[in-house]
Formats: sequence, C-alpha cells, structure tokens
Amino acid sequence: MRYLPHTKEDIDEMLAKTGLASLDDLFKTIPDALKTKAPLNISEGLSEWDLNEHMEALASANIACKNYKCFIGAGSYDHYIPSIVPYLISRSEFATAYTPYQPEVSQGTLQGIYEFQTMITELLGMDIATASHYDCGTALAECALIALRKDRNASRIAVSSLVHPHHRQIMETYLHPAGYQMIQIPRTREGLTDLAALGAMEGIAGVAVQSPNFLGNIEDLSAFKAVADTKKILFIASFTESLAYGLLKNPGSCGADLVAGEGQSLGIAKGFGGPGLGLLAGTQKMMRNLPGRLIGKTKDANGDDGYVLTLATREQHIRREKASSNICSNNGLNAMTAAIYLATVGKIGIREIAQQNHDKAVYLKTALEKAGFEPVFDSPFFNEFVLKAPKGFARKRADLISKQCIFAGMDLEPYYPELKDHYLFCATETVSKNDMDQLAKEVQ
Amino acid sequence: MNKQPGTRGLIFNEPQLWDKSRKGRCAVSLPIADVERCQLDASLVGESPELPQLSELDVVRHYTRLSQWNFGVDSGMYPLGSCTMKYNPKTNEVQAARQGFAGAHPLAGDEFSQGALKLMYDLEHLLGEITGYPAVTLQPAAGAHGELAGMLIIHAYHAKKGKQRSKIIIPDTAHGTNPASASLCGYESINIKSGEKGILEPAAVAAVMDEDTAGIMITNPNTLGLFEENIKEICQIVHAKGGLVYGDGANMNAIMGIVKPGHLGIDVLHLNLHKTFSTPHGGGGPGSGPVGVSEDLIPFLPIPRIEKDLTRYRFVTECPDTIGRIHTFYGHFGIMVRAYSYILSMGGRGLHRASQLAVLNANYIKESLKETLNLPYDRPCMHECVFNDKHQQVFHVTTMDMAKRLLDYGFHPPTVYFPLVVDAAFMVEPTETESKENIDQFIDAVKAIVREARETPELLKKAPLLTKVTRLDEVGAARKPCLRG
Amino acid sequence: MKEISDLNFSENVKYTKDHEWAKLSKDIVTIGLSDYAQDQLGEIVFVELPEVGDIFTKGDEFGSVESVKAVSEVYLPVSGEVVEINAALEDNPELVNEDCYEGGWLIRLKPDDLSELDDLMDKAAYLDMLKG
Repeated sequence: MRYLPHTKEDIDEMLAKTGLASLDDLFKTIPDALKTKAPLNISEGLSEWDLNEHMEALASANIACKNYKCFIGAGSYDHYIPSIVPYLISRSEFATAYTPYQPEVSQGTLQGIYEFQTMITELLGMDIATASHYDCGTALAECALIALRKDRNASRIAVSSLVHPHHRQIMETYLHPAGYQMIQIPRTREGLTDLAALGAMEGIAGVAVQSPNFLGNIEDLSAFKAVADTKKILFIASFTESLAYGLLKNPGSCGADLVAGEGQSLGIAKGFGGPGLGLLAGTQKMMRNLPGRLIGKTKDANGDDGYVLTLATREQHIRREKASSNICSNNGLNAMTAAIYLATVGKIGIREIAQQNHDKAVYLKTALEKAGFEPVFDSPFFNEFVLKAPKGFARKRADLISKQCIFAGMDLEPYYPELKDHYLFCATETVSKNDMDQLAKEVQ
Repeated sequence: MNKQPGTRGLIFNEPQLWDKSRKGRCAVSLPIADVERCQLDASLVGESPELPQLSELDVVRHYTRLSQWNFGVDSGMYPLGSCTMKYNPKTNEVQAARQGFAGAHPLAGDEFSQGALKLMYDLEHLLGEITGYPAVTLQPAAGAHGELAGMLIIHAYHAKKGKQRSKIIIPDTAHGTNPASASLCGYESINIKSGEKGILEPAAVAAVMDEDTAGIMITNPNTLGLFEENIKEICQIVHAKGGLVYGDGANMNAIMGIVKPGHLGIDVLHLNLHKTFSTPHGGGGPGSGPVGVSEDLIPFLPIPRIEKDLTRYRFVTECPDTIGRIHTFYGHFGIMVRAYSYILSMGGRGLHRASQLAVLNANYIKESLKETLNLPYDRPCMHECVFNDKHQQVFHVTTMDMAKRLLDYGFHPPTVYFPLVVDAAFMVEPTETESKENIDQFIDAVKAIVREARETPELLKKAPLLTKVTRLDEVGAARKPCLRG
Repeated sequence: MKEISDLNFSENVKYTKDHEWAKLSKDIVTIGLSDYAQDQLGEIVFVELPEVGDIFTKGDEFGSVESVKAVSEVYLPVSGEVVEINAALEDNPELVNEDCYEGGWLIRLKPDDLSELDDLMDKAAYLDMLKG
C-alpha cells in the first residue's frame, strides 16, 4: 500500500531492535479478552483508479454535478471563487501544517491568520476578531454564553425569531445543560424583529439579532443597541452572508458588543454545508472573554517582527475545566481561504460584488412579481427576499429542478408554518439577467 | 543518509497585505453588471471596508512567500504525540473537489443529494465497524465538538432517567478539552491520578465513583501512549453505579483492527478524522469529530440522523430525545469525503496494518532513544512514547530548548509539556507513514542534540538559528496584545 | 524557578497556604502574592482584579494572575469589602514579579473580622510549609 513504506526487511530490522518476534507481539500488553477476534468487516482497499470511479458515481448522484442555477441562500451562498484562491490554498505548506504552536516554522500560517483577523475587523467594524470557529451557529452560541456568564443575575437571553432557525436550534443545545433559557423575540408585519417586544423584556443577559435576517431583511441594528444600552445588556449581532458588509453599515458602527457570522461566502465552496467558517468578533473590552485562538504580533530575539498564538490562558489546554470554551481546532484553512479571497477582491472588488448582489436580487424580485408572485414584506433587503407564490408553483418548482436544474427559491413553511406558499429567494453575482428572465418566464 | 534535512536557504521577506496595498489596484475579475444599479437608502449603506488593494501577482506572491515559511507534513517529519500527523493523501483532495460534492447546496433536498447522503451513511457504518458501535453521528465539527456532543448525550441520558448528576471523573492524563467539555455541561471535574505504571487503577476510580457521578472520561490508549489495561474493570465500576463511560478516541491510530472501544464497555466515543483518518490539519483546522454510541444512547444523538429505505437515503429530524442540532448543516462534509476516501483506499486489512506499523515505529524509537533521553515509563508503548529532560537538567537544558534545536535539524518537534503527569514531557508519535530511514534520521538528530546539550548548551538556548524568525517574545504578546494590523 | 533559599520572604506580612500575603495597617488589609508564587508563575502578563465595593467572604476567589503558560486564581484570607485595587497592574503586571510585597500589591480590603488574620502563618511557619 503506497502510504505504508515498510518493506519486509524494514520490519524485521525494527522488530529486532524492539526484541519482539512479530508485529502481533507489539500488542502483548493488551489482555487477549479485549482484542477483537475477527478482522474488520471492511473490503480490501481500492486502487486509486477504482476509487475515482466509485467517487465519480457518488458525486453524480448529487444534482450539483450538473451545471445548476441556484436561487437559494438560507445560510449557504453561491459566489464566484477566483482561480487564485483554490490554487494558493492548495499549497501543502498551508494545508498539511499543524496548529502553529511552534511559531518559528509557522510564520506563514500566523501572518496569514493575523491578516485574516485584521480584515475581518475591517469588514465588521469591530476591534478584535478571533482566528475562526466552526460556523456562525456555534459562534453565536458561544457569544450567548459570554453574555450569560457575564451577567450573574440573569439566566435568559433574548434571541430574534428571525435568526437562522438552525442557529437558534444550536443555541438551545448549548444553553440547555447549563440551565440557561432563550426567549424568542417575535417579528413584525414588515418581516423584522419586534423592537417593542424586546423593550418589554426583563431579566435578560443579552440580545441577539441577525442582519440581514433569515427572511433577507435588513434590521435596524442601532435601534437594538439603544434598547440593549437602556437595559445594560450585551448586544450580539449575527449574519449568514458576509458579502452584505461590503455594502451595508457594519455591526461595529451600529454598536455591537459581539458579532457572530458565517464566512462561507468568502471564497469557500458550498460543500454540502461544511466545513464553513465561523466568524467571531468583539470590542476591545471583550478581549479576554473571547473564546478560540488569537494571533498576535510581537518581536523575536533579533528584534524582527513575528507572529504568535497569544492569550492562550483563556483556552482549554491551560484553563482546562475553567476555560470559557472547549474549542481546540478552529477552521484554520478556511480562514486562510477567506483571507486570500478578501485580499483578492480588495476594497474595490468587495463593494462592486456586493452592489451587484443587491442589484440582481432587486431585478429578480421585480421579474418574479411581474410573473405572478406577491410581495410580502416592505423592508429593504440585501440579496435575499421573500415572495408569496402563485397557485401551482410547488409543482412547477419540482419540474424546474428535475428538467432544468434550476432551484427556484426555498419553501419557508417547514421553518415558519404560518408562511405557507412563501418562498425565500436569493440572487448573487453568479446569476445573469438571462437566467433570471428565463426563470420568470418558466414560473409565469 | 548522513545529512540532516535542515539546512540554510534563501527565502523572502513579505510585508503585511496593507503595506503592499496601492489605491486603485484590484486582483479580482469583476463580473460585468447586466442589470440596473439600485442604490439602497443612504442610512443603510456603510463605508467600503478598508481592505487592501492589490494586483493578482501581488496576492499570488504574498501567499506563495508566506507558504514557504511554513513546515507541513509534506516538508518533513512531524512526530507530534497525540496529533497523528500522518501523510495526507492527494487523491482525497481530488475526491473532495468533485463538482457534485463541492458545489452541493445543503438545502437542495434529500432527493437531489443522494450521493452525499449515501457517502455519509456509509461512512457512519465504516466508522461504526472500526470502533464497534451500532450508530455514529458525523455532525461534530472537531474533536472538542465531539466531546461536547458526548457530554450532552450523557447529560440527556441522566435527565431522561430522572436524576441529573453533577460530577465527571477525569484522569490526570486527560487532554484539556475533556474537563472543558464537561464544564460546558455544568459538570464538576473530579480529578484522579493514574497509578505508578502510568495507567488508571480500578481502586482510584472506585474511590470516587458514586450515584452523583455522571461518568468518567477516558482516553485509550492514554496520552502517555499506554493501553489502559484495566479498562474493562473500570467500565464495570462506573456502570455499576449507573454512570457512563466516555472515550476520547484521539489515539485510535494505535488500535484499528486490534481493539474495538465499543466492545470494552465505553458507551460513547469520539474520533478525530484529522488524526487517525488522514485528513489535513490545515494549520489548525477544519477537523471533524464523529461520535459513536452504544445502543442505549442512540435516541440522544444530534439531528439530523440519516436513514436508509431500500436504496434511498433521507435526513430524519423527528427524534424526540435528541440533544438537538450542533452544526448549522450536517458537519464538515468536505472532511468526511476525504476520510471516506482514505478508508476505502486502505481497506480493512490496510487500516489494521497501519496501526501495527504505527506502534512498531513508536516502539523502535523508544528502544533507540531510551539510553539518550529519560523514559519515565519503560514499558511497551502504543503509537507514541513519552520522554523528558531529566538527564539534561544538570546542563540547564530543557525540553523546550531541545525542541527548538530540532527545528534546525529539519524536524518539527514532538509534543512538549503534555501530558501534565510527566514533568517537561517530550512526546513522540511518528505515525506509520514515516519510513525507517526518516525515523533513523530523527533518532540521529535527537542524539546529536543531546550531545550538544552536554557540550554546547548555549547553542540550544539560542535555538532555532536557521528559521525565518528566532524565539519570539510571547510575554510581550500577552501583556500588550496586538491582534490586528 | 528558584530554590526556596533564593526567594525573599517579608517579615512584615502573614502568609496563606495559597501563597498570598496579608498586611494589616490601621484598619485596612493589603493582599498580595508571595515571592514563591510569582516565581512559580513566571513572567506575569495580566492580573484580573475585582471592583472597588465588591464584598467577599474568607476563602472566596477574588481574581486571577496570568503568565504566558499558566493561570492562578487568588483567594481571600479574610472577609471584607474592597476599598482599593492596584491600578498600576493594568499597564505593568510585571510589578507582581519585581516587587511583590510593595509595588506589586493586589487589593486593599476593609476587613469584617480581624481575628481571621490569626489563622494565617508567619514567615517561619510559611517557610516550613514550603520546605515540608
């Protein structure tokens, strides 16, 4: 087997050094009763060529193998990935490197992630960003725990019902064993989080609002900050579409104390939902409360600039049971990928791409309304919006997938049962005017 | 091979991105706008984020140069104990990049994702076969995430029984994520010491196990590289008082095809796909931490689960006793594809062989270096062995100094100062993908460094000397953190 | 890390088993870390202190001291209300290493019950504890 270099001679020589007669003897300290009797019930290894065939067949059983048009977002977005991004991130010095605990031979990773942290603070208008988390949902759960631990008097946190449904589920999972509770903030008729309802809540440690929210609408984050301030609680903002902040007023400028986000839009393939990129940012005050890895700049013995993992005393390998989080691995390679993407698009590119996302979404919405869809919310949006479908759309939608590989929006009923026949649409820079005109024609 | 890998060479300085930035440059190909521009209300629009402005070559050169400062498995040997830095097969990358996988939207619908669902279902069963569990979840995004899932499952089990317990037993050899994960569930860690042989004694467990203890977290083989010989008795002690046994499977590379943790009495076990199953470490992640459970714990697994009806696969979320969702979608699918490809490439016999050779390599190193470095536990080891700097203390040379000097020889150092039960530990895990010649070179390097410790200790104090930067001021970095440019 | 014989132990303070010292002056108790404690921790990078006005009971954890590789919680040997914290430690945490009995003091307390100080050790007893 090509990954196992040992020849018979190698094995004989090495066994001789250990004084053992056979490979089985290496396991003498394991009581026989504990050893498995039968070999693993797994077939013989496939050759590289048979593996290719096998995997090609599996990949072909996913519709994504074809050139399909995706008008769905809901936490996973179709964006152009410049060719230099996968090219650079595939360099094995990045991909096969370990966590940079030995900084002298990891300056590539360390400078790269330091630059990532910096660009994310720019994107979000915050003071500090961590070296990444698994995804937005888990980062948001960590933010909630920070707020709940800081406020010893409250064991509840207010969370908008328009935060991504799966993120709210993750928060429930994390909060439950510690005895914390989530109170959901209802939405208004305009498809926004109900500010007045929040105003009436007492005994909460913090408030979390997603913007753009799950229905695509842009929330007034500054207004939520004002309410949070009167209650002296932490304000947490979240988002699933990073490119929105190439255009919209960022959470930092609206006063967010903590921000949790999904960075998959930054040069990372949809990949059936993972691995993505959890973003977590905070104000300067929150520095020592932030979970996860942080990279700092420092100097070496010769006075040259260098980078290291720092503030490690917050982390599990030192704090152990007193650590604020158990996180060890982050999503390092995806953070590097996002850094390369942000460096590639730059200040000019991100603005233009974000603007085009919005322009396409406005065009699509207008086209679909002309084709018979009803508008639902009168709120500004970025690249996702909700429309009520005309009769018979569900069947048309199924046909569009199987016959033309077009995913026309996502049914909202499973997530919000009162929104029957409502669909969430997304348009990014990857859909052309023709694609949208064609879709409108098909659903007429 | 006489020459050690580490040598001098010309590499390049590279400034921070914003220092190279020049107004007006842009490295991306902007799509041509084919619809009307639509301005949002000014109150909603922010300033353009201050990202750097670079040409495409600026970006390519930047990251190419940065990569040349890094050491990866492809560069040289990485004998990091408990990390299993084995070779990352390139065919795995080809498989993960297939359009059908990489381009798949997670909410396309079960019907249009049968390839992904089948791969995940089959991977669950392969991992279940390797570890001896009837059910596995692939959702946890990393080992620590898997530990949290395991703790949540134990917590849910006791809640269902009607009596929540408050404590978890943690051995002194445990990885820090163990007590941290237990704390997240509100459990108090009860720390117990391993015995003189470096393994847990049943009496120590029995002394603290009671009806208020939810269970124990055990690593087997443990972080000293030793097999926990008393595991069966320990599981019985814990079970007798109604507790559960959590297994940290980080060291699974030692026992594939030899021992199945599920048959030892361990109720719930996490695996690290980025260790045992060859997926790349990526400079810190992404990893993946699947969790296997015994029959009794299946109802508590996170959702969604994957079920098969004849030839069709589907996601199932109606699981009333589930701990809930722990990842936005289904876990790190891209990492699963790589691990799945690895398992299929190795086959059952190949995985068994890998474990045998991993343990052979570690024992060979142990025997070759036990006269050179102090070996606190002179017993047969599993896939890793632990030394320390006891013999070098007289020269005031530490494990840290020797580790830094190894860099000059062209090796990544072993794991240092872990596990905490050994003072100044130096933990070596070669993995099975290193050849005898590579290992002999490593052994020679360590012997040379130990000689240097005797003869020229000042050299070790200044090491590393050949790397791009020398030892960094970590105190300054922590006192006055500078976390952004 | 130094040998015990190379460390300094002030005569004017009393010591706790957790390696803090306490000094009574007028009716205020000043608390700090012993030379042994700061030597064990290594170069200190951050000190977490309570707020003025916080009230604690004897044995409570009132803060923590961090080096690059370790964190140590600090515990109160007496009950009382915090009246002053050493603000200099925010920018210069290394004062705890350099001047642990004077400039590196941690907090000042108004004690509830002065008799609690009787439970503490004098220099000789503390040295015995360290050597034993």
